[in-house]
Amino acid sequence: MNVELRSIRKTFGTIQANAGISLSVPSSCIQGILGENGAGKSTLMKILSGFFHPDEGEILLEGERTIITSPADAIRLGIGMLHQDPLDFPPFRIIDDFILGRKGGLFPDRRRAGKELKALAAQFGFDLDPDAWVDTLTVGERQQLEILRLLWLGAQVLILDEPTTGISQPQKEKLFATLKSLAGQGMTIIFVSHKLEDVEFLCDRVAVLRQGQLAGTAAPPYQTSALVRMMFGKDVALGARTAAQPGRSILSLEAVGIDGARLQIRDVSFRVCAGEVIGLAGMEGSGQSLLLSSCAGLTRTVAGHVGITDCDMTGHSYHAFMRKGVAYLPAARLEQGLVPGLSLAEHFVLSEGRGGPFIDRRAAAAAARERIDTYNIKGAPSHPVEALSGGNQQRMLLALLKKELSLILLEHPTRGLDIESTLYIWGKLKERCAQGAAILFISADLDEVLQYSDRVLVFFAGRMSPALPAEGLSVERLGELIGGKGWGAFARETARA
Amino acid sequence: MREGSLSRAALRAAAIVLALLLATLVMLAAHAPPLAAYANIVLGAVGSWDVAANVLVAWVPLLLATAGLLITFTAGLWNIGIEGQITLGAVFTTWMLRGLQASSVPPALILACAVVAGMVGGALWAMLAGALKTFGGVNEIFGGLGLNFVASALNLWLIFGPWKRPGVASMSGTVPFPPALWMVTVTPQSRLSISALVIALLGIGLVYGMLRGTHFGLRLKAVGRNEKAAYLLGVPTWQHMMFSFALCGIFAGLAGAIQVTSVYHRLIPSISSGYGYLGLMVAMLANFNAALAAPVALFFAALNVGSIQLPIVLRQDSSLAGVLQGTLVLFVLLAQGVRQKLTGKGAT
Repeated sequence: MNVELRSIRKTFGTIQANAGISLSVPSSCIQGILGENGAGKSTLMKILSGFFHPDEGEILLEGERTIITSPADAIRLGIGMLHQDPLDFPPFRIIDDFILGRKGGLFPDRRRAGKELKALAAQFGFDLDPDAWVDTLTVGERQQLEILRLLWLGAQVLILDEPTTGISQPQKEKLFATLKSLAGQGMTIIFVSHKLEDVEFLCDRVAVLRQGQLAGTAAPPYQTSALVRMMFGKDVALGARTAAQPGRSILSLEAVGIDGARLQIRDVSFRVCAGEVIGLAGMEGSGQSLLLSSCAGLTRTVAGHVGITDCDMTGHSYHAFMRKGVAYLPAARLEQGLVPGLSLAEHFVLSEGRGGPFIDRRAAAAAARERIDTYNIKGAPSHPVEALSGGNQQRMLLALLKKELSLILLEHPTRGLDIESTLYIWGKLKERCAQGAAILFISADLDEVLQYSDRVLVFFAGRMSPALPAEGLSVERLGELIGGKGWGAFARETARA
Repeated sequence: MREGSLSRAALRAAAIVLALLLATLVMLAAHAPPLAAYANIVLGAVGSWDVAANVLVAWVPLLLATAGLLITFTAGLWNIGIEGQITLGAVFTTWMLRGLQASSVPPALILACAVVAGMVGGALWAMLAGALKTFGGVNEIFGGLGLNFVASALNLWLIFGPWKRPGVASMSGTVPFPPALWMVTVTPQSRLSISALVIALLGIGLVYGMLRGTHFGLRLKAVGRNEKAAYLLGVPTWQHMMFSFALCGIFAGLAGAIQVTSVYHRLIPSISSGYGYLGLMVAMLANFNAALAAPVALFFAALNVGSIQLPIVLRQDSSLAGVLQGTLVLFVLLAQGVRQKLTGKGAT
């Protein structure tokens, strides 16, 4: 089926997820969609599959303008989406999961559906037992089930969102073979990914999204450097870097292992000294958040040792880490960092704590006013914290930090902030470094990573690169590493060492 | 802000009118004259000194239960198990009284010990629900509901088993305690005890002050509104939840102790009298505001006591009060929901 999207716009609050994207995909084509986190890939695909309605723009199927009202409507029109986390029912048997989306009579015909499932599975060489339970399947098998289900429901357009995350190499090869044969049968395949290698291998053509817009398109033979440039934008002149004067050791990880829900991190070691800023780069879910939270005791490590200023803190709680001068600032400010419904002043009282059982409201308001001035927060002590804008919420989180800190861990410290707030926040963080704190931060903005870090750790599918000096690291090289290219060099280095 | 509170008041008034309307419909369906029924409820609640005193007797446990529930609600917990906590308070009080009544300990001291025992019993039962939640991952609603059944079974077993009246066990409860072990009441015939009233008012005042002006109250509020952020800001979250359960249990146990020592003078099968569940409704209707809890609880107590007249005068069931209370809470919650939907705002 020929699919055409015309100047699709979608905004969430103040964030423009899609700023007028036009894209046309003919049938029998495997279309790749590349882009970093937040580029607008998922939003665009969710609009095509009926999860969201565009604010503006139109969708044309076989040249006809179509309004898609819901995912059920989309599948009726022949558009099926395979989500990054398969939308299946783990407590179901495979056959029941398979039947669920089908319209039909009161009593499902299990036997016929089972036969059809087996026939479809045989066609693609999948091995799925209709009577097995869904929760016994691997991620790859759940994907296969989902693909079969969508085909059975009559999908002619198949959208796959990051399908190669979490599946094994043989499963990936089988998936790619399946997609190629489906395209050969005239299906339209839209393959959303951030993995350059996969896209280059599989796709007949590629569209790159950046900041909600179509940054460019490409066709084989692909040039990796050109794709990376389109994904992350042109090189930006970096400001003067302030070289750190590394002091005493603040954080040390020795052969640390962490078990996440979707991936495992094994045998990670490194050391951070006072005054250093370490940037953690990688696609979301590559392991950097797990590592950051285990440096704060929020995620338990399963192997190795975590040390803070020469104390072994392995297995201790976040509050014990806090007493050692560790602070953790989550990405979701209002969901995890601040308490909606409490005022700014109450937040300061909460984080300062103690000093007798009763709250001295007047003193609290005065102290809050002082901090609000120092941190240039646009709000009054009595305002509820949810009334603040995103930038002011982030300033608020910084203002809540204790005076004496040794290690500050930040997730996306400047996400969604304007330039002025970004500069301000990094100014404050650099002050902390000068006072002897070390900083670890995660950012999806490669320029930010290169601009503010002394060293960079890149994550890909649970693997961590050695600490790379930010000086001499280019956006292209970093982009390639994030996309999983060029990791062989590290293996050779370790082999030689 | 002003406009907001005005529209809120208007919606609340509409909710009350709707609740009265629905209750009237129920009465018409039951062939009861609505005006006469309402008149009877009012007269039954304030018609004489005696019935007014009865309203206050009902007010005391209801207010104590509500005070406790305000603490758990602040911590974001639905302490459905409060019924069982009241029951266990009564059981512990009875146990202490039975143990000491034959001794030479002065009656006032026995009474004090019994009340303290009731508070301990309620707290222990509440902490059981808290431990199930914290360490067992059992939602406090399910845990509390289960513990309510266990508590009432335990109570019945004691009344019909180890603590049964000599000769024949009876639904009317255990053998009444000697008058020396009763809480002093205004007149010997009355069940209204000034000290119980003072305890209840002190309790709600204490909770009001604690939630408003202390670090502990602020931390509870933070835990209730955003547990994750509270933890990141350094608040020991599960400890605060446990403590709020314990405090609520103390209030519930106190209510149970007063039911035994000043109202029934013995342990009876339905010793909690549903004041725990009613307290949940009072807290909701008062919008979880300690300052509003006392008048709302008084109103509910008046409805309960007032409707006692109905079966006698109009041959109508006294559960009409329950219909009124239930619809009132439903409509007020509905009005809040409608308001949020209209303004597009979350909880305010």
